[in-house]
Amino acid sequence: MSDPNASVSAAAPETVETETYRGSSLPPEASTEKPRSLWSDAWRELRSSKIFILSAILIFFFLIMTFFPNLLTFGKDPYTCDLKLSRQGPSSTAWFGYDNNGCDVYTRTIYGAKASILVGVFATAFAMLVGGFVGVIAGFFGGWVDSILSRVTDIFFGIPLLLGGILVLSSFPSTDNANLYSEVGKVVLALGILGWTSMTRIMRSSVIQVRNADFVIAARALGATSGRIIRKHVVPNSLAPLIVVATISLGGYIGAEATLSFLGLGLQPPVISWGTMINDAQPYIRVAPFMLFFPAIFLSVAVLSFIMLGDAVREALDPKLR
Amino acid sequence: MSEHLLDVDDLYVEFRTRDGVAEAINGVSYTLDAGETLAVLGESGSGKSVTAQTIMGILDMPPGFITGGRILYNGKDLLTMPESERQKIRGAEIAMIFQDSLSALNPVFTVGDQIAEMFQVHRGMSKKEGMAKAVDLMEQVRIPGAKERVKDYPHQFSGGMRQRIMIAMAISLDPKVLIADEPTTALDVTVQAQIMDLLQDLQRERNMGMILITHDLGVVAGVADKIAVMYAGRIVESANVWDLYAKPAHPYTQGLLDSMPRVDSKGEELYAIKGLPPSLLALPPGCNFNPRCPHRRDKCVHEVPPTEEVAEDHTAACFFWKEVARG
Amino acid sequence: MGRYTIRRLLQMIPVVIGTTFIIYAMVWALPGDPFVGKCGDRPCPASYIAEMRAKFNLDDSLPVQYGKYLWNLLQGNFGESFSGRTVWSEIAQAFPVTFRLALIAIIIEIVIGISAGVLAALNRGGFWDNLILVSTLIVISIPVFVIGFLAQFTFGIKLAWFPPTVGPNATIYELILPAFVLASLSLAYVARLMRGNLAENLRADYVRTATSKGLSRRRVIGRHAVRNSLIPVVTFIGADFGALLGGAIVTEGIFNIRGIGGLLYLSIRTREGATVVGVVTVLVLVFLLVNLLVDILYGAIDPRIRYE
Repeated sequence: MSDPNASVSAAAPETVETETYRGSSLPPEASTEKPRSLWSDAWRELRSSKIFILSAILIFFFLIMTFFPNLLTFGKDPYTCDLKLSRQGPSSTAWFGYDNNGCDVYTRTIYGAKASILVGVFATAFAMLVGGFVGVIAGFFGGWVDSILSRVTDIFFGIPLLLGGILVLSSFPSTDNANLYSEVGKVVLALGILGWTSMTRIMRSSVIQVRNADFVIAARALGATSGRIIRKHVVPNSLAPLIVVATISLGGYIGAEATLSFLGLGLQPPVISWGTMINDAQPYIRVAPFMLFFPAIFLSVAVLSFIMLGDAVREALDPKLR
Repeated sequence: MSEHLLDVDDLYVEFRTRDGVAEAINGVSYTLDAGETLAVLGESGSGKSVTAQTIMGILDMPPGFITGGRILYNGKDLLTMPESERQKIRGAEIAMIFQDSLSALNPVFTVGDQIAEMFQVHRGMSKKEGMAKAVDLMEQVRIPGAKERVKDYPHQFSGGMRQRIMIAMAISLDPKVLIADEPTTALDVTVQAQIMDLLQDLQRERNMGMILITHDLGVVAGVADKIAVMYAGRIVESANVWDLYAKPAHPYTQGLLDSMPRVDSKGEELYAIKGLPPSLLALPPGCNFNPRCPHRRDKCVHEVPPTEEVAEDHTAACFFWKEVARG
Repeated sequence: MGRYTIRRLLQMIPVVIGTTFIIYAMVWALPGDPFVGKCGDRPCPASYIAEMRAKFNLDDSLPVQYGKYLWNLLQGNFGESFSGRTVWSEIAQAFPVTFRLALIAIIIEIVIGISAGVLAALNRGGFWDNLILVSTLIVISIPVFVIGFLAQFTFGIKLAWFPPTVGPNATIYELILPAFVLASLSLAYVARLMRGNLAENLRADYVRTATSKGLSRRRVIGRHAVRNSLIPVVTFIGADFGALLGGAIVTEGIFNIRGIGGLLYLSIRTREGATVVGVVTVLVLVFLLVNLLVDILYGAIDPRIRYE
């Protein structure tokens, strides 16, 4: 149980073990084959993971809410409100009740998914691209390039996400003709500018590991250019940790957007988001808790789905846990 | 039958894993007396380490399960003993040395601290007294500058020195039985010899019984009194060193000996046992060695060979041991 | 050790300068009129604007403005807000409250988080393990402000175990509920991290050695396995300190605590630029110092770390 195949002395059983090695059908180019089999192994592992299936189904529903909200609201419009219905509780006609302006909370909750999901996806993409790029450059080239980039990363890392988000957003006050995309863009920018540093750190350390791997040294010895080595060898082999962190952060960004909107700084009305709905509901928490409850549940489940997805992906990608 | 210091009697251990039940040990028996060295020889997965871990009581349970047998220490069965009683024996009377001293020593405590802990826990000494004992012991295992180095951490020692620390810790309370699980595998060849010498000296001085687990026939020759060869969780042959080397009665032992490089075999190709060790999840029926055996007959595939007496204190589990022994 | 600390402190200087510059630039140099709403509904009189522009050096170029600010800062002068109070006095008043809140939160985080993690790791696959895994996952998924409202509503209003809001004195008793809310997220992470580390370490070789030394299970786990598993947890708590400070803004808002977070939030809404920059500078400094402290502590609990 505790005999690694590697360290054996020059005695008989070594022959046996060499035989073992020769006998197994390891291809000689095993190390370059590794990424493909890692991903296909991970995919096989994922398909049998209950957590993955559950989170994938939930995320599928959130995507439907994002792109085809009217499928789930039976054609109701989130902006059609009737003040007479203000703060009426849940009923068979309005499952989640009505908010202060007499708008249907169910319809608004469904429509609220769009802003949250878009912010999450784009902020993650932004942080991944910027952070990943800086991390690859810093990790691959090392030396003074690494020193400078690491200090710059430290500077941004010194500003906590929420704190920085508040600062950036308060510097860009909403204009009167705010629409969904300009509002989302603003929040994405705020979260992305502060969120990329953690991606950089992850990417940098995994690139450093891959940089010294035999197949990279071999590629360099064969005269491959840095650009080619990065594209063909380094990036594909160091991407796994970044993907895991990115999936989990996606949930985190959705939560951060809601927090900022709740503070009145993120998305602004008339844009509907779970955060703004919770902000609207806050004064009425005693008389109409359902106004806060339903968007909060949707928000939490959305965050949960992405965290679970990230967990499942991590488990699938980490051979140690298998 | 006279009472032995340690008597492993018909032990069965299995691992229940996600992929099925692995039969790691299938009826292992051996005995050890004071001052005697037993070498347990076998390749990875033969069950030699699992047997040792079962004796120590450090088997991971689950997934490990002891499904049969007894382990008598001074006539008392360790396996049925209450845990509190067993704890007193563990470390103090039966001690163990592991293969990889870097991972076997706790990285965040000084080596002195880890040796002193033995005296604190088993002898109720203070930390200070324990540390003084630790210096003594480090001198006994010939660590230069023991007084200064007692407050160093494991990673600050070389592999050989670290293995000496492991040995110092194991012998600290004068155990009656010392189990050394591949004590030199992770070391350089020159250091290997020094560690084996040290172990042998300590064993003689203290009249300990020693179980030396190894896959290295070269290590065994000079040190062991008797040898048990394990294959797929069974002892396939057991004898004193000279008989085993001179007249191997099991084809597996014979294969091991033949595949050993000799001074006079220069230029010849080394013999290798054909095939692979079997998976413990699906052992071959009959004799477990049959798929790789040059002496295989039909009988080997259908029946499990009993352990037969080949000569005095020499047993082998092969139907055709006579044919094998004739060479 | 001493040299290491000095080197780290020196390394902090460019980071502090860079960070405060970014914050300064975001507050003062981004588009938007800093005088909106300063004088009620009317636009401010030209004389007031001129006076204020001079006071905050707004007519200089950005680097010069920042240089002047930094120079004052080095002399311990955080400047004045538009309302004429010194920023330092505002910080000095608010900081002790937040410090107490954060301290209680960290204690909760350490005590409950680590205990829960140990409990889960020792019962892997059992009832407690699953309970802790599921409950921490839920806590991680619910944003802090929702947890805050739920806690305030349940324990403050419905059950009335704790006061729902915190008074001006901010007593320890009043701060317990907000501290729980503030700690909740980190607590969940600490519990999961501890569980993972301990579960892995329980299978480590040196734990097997400890058992084979004849130590009791209690001693094997308590002295050998837990000690090693704490190392990454300590690092996490340090790195997470920033999130705690950010979370304080939300928590202090919900429970009406007059701490640093409340001050910062108010200053941002009223566009008190000098206060915002001052507060954030202090927070960043605290964050960096805590991280330095953690790194030094890290060396104390993990001898393999060498400070060269």
